[in-house]
Amino acid sequence: MTLGELVILLGFETLTGDVNLDKEIKSGYVSDLLSDVIANIEENSIWITIQRHVNILGVAKLKEIIAIIIPRKLELEQEVIEKAKSEKIAILRDFRSAFEISGLIYNALKRG
Amino acid sequence: MYEGRYSMNRPDKESESKPQLKLEFKIGEKDFSVAGDAASKVKKTLQQLGLKPEAVRNIAIIVYEAVMNVIIHANYGQLKVIIVPDKVVVLTEDTGMGIPDIELAMKEGYSTAPLEIREMGFGAGMGLPNIKQCSHKLNIKSQVGVGTVLEAIVYLSSKN
Repeated sequence: MTLGELVILLGFETLTGDVNLDKEIKSGYVSDLLSDVIANIEENSIWITIQRHVNILGVAKLKEIIAIIIPRKLELEQEVIEKAKSEKIAILRDFRSAFEISGLIYNALKRG
Repeated sequence: MYEGRYSMNRPDKESESKPQLKLEFKIGEKDFSVAGDAASKVKKTLQQLGLKPEAVRNIAIIVYEAVMNVIIHANYGQLKVIIVPDKVVVLTEDTGMGIPDIELAMKEGYSTAPLEIREMGFGAGMGLPNIKQCSHKLNIKSQVGVGTVLEAIVYLSSKN
């Protein structure tokens, strides 16, 4: 399933325009500890986190993460969004909790 | 395995083997972006050299965590990644507070990182355990109030 298909299916808000919407999502990971993400996330994943500082982009770049999803409609600084665009990392946002979002994405990926 | 004495010399004679390729980065105080940048650059270079994905993945994690440790706990330092035919050596040297008890620092979940660093999702006490898990050999030399030298080695067998 591509990121674009997932966005349409689950109604996520895209903060970085069309960045990575054509990319195929393989898996996902939920964590706010950067060392945990670095060690355990698979490449071509979606990462759900409430961390919103600029260093999440370093982690995303290193692990070739396709999109970061911010739950509970939490605010992001414009600077982070702009940097994400230039680094080609999608940032999505949703009103639901990390628990609900991961359940929805898990089921969507399982169905394929 | 761990020695308390600090020395600016490389802690392991193995890194004296003839370097084939050496990448060097300066690490400044509280400059978080350098960890991701350095790890991404090292990863790209190793991929271009044709190393196996598993080795590339492990070395990238070692670089990220080792550099983060310098940024969080030291004043400044440097990273060297030495790529020789049969192994990759990741070396960080810093000037800083040092590690009083290396055995304790190796324990998962043990951290001395300040609260504001932890709130950012760093300093969870997973850095050194991650490095250990990803390397075949790990040597740390540290002197309190002076600094720390960390050397992690990943061997490149036919398997990785």
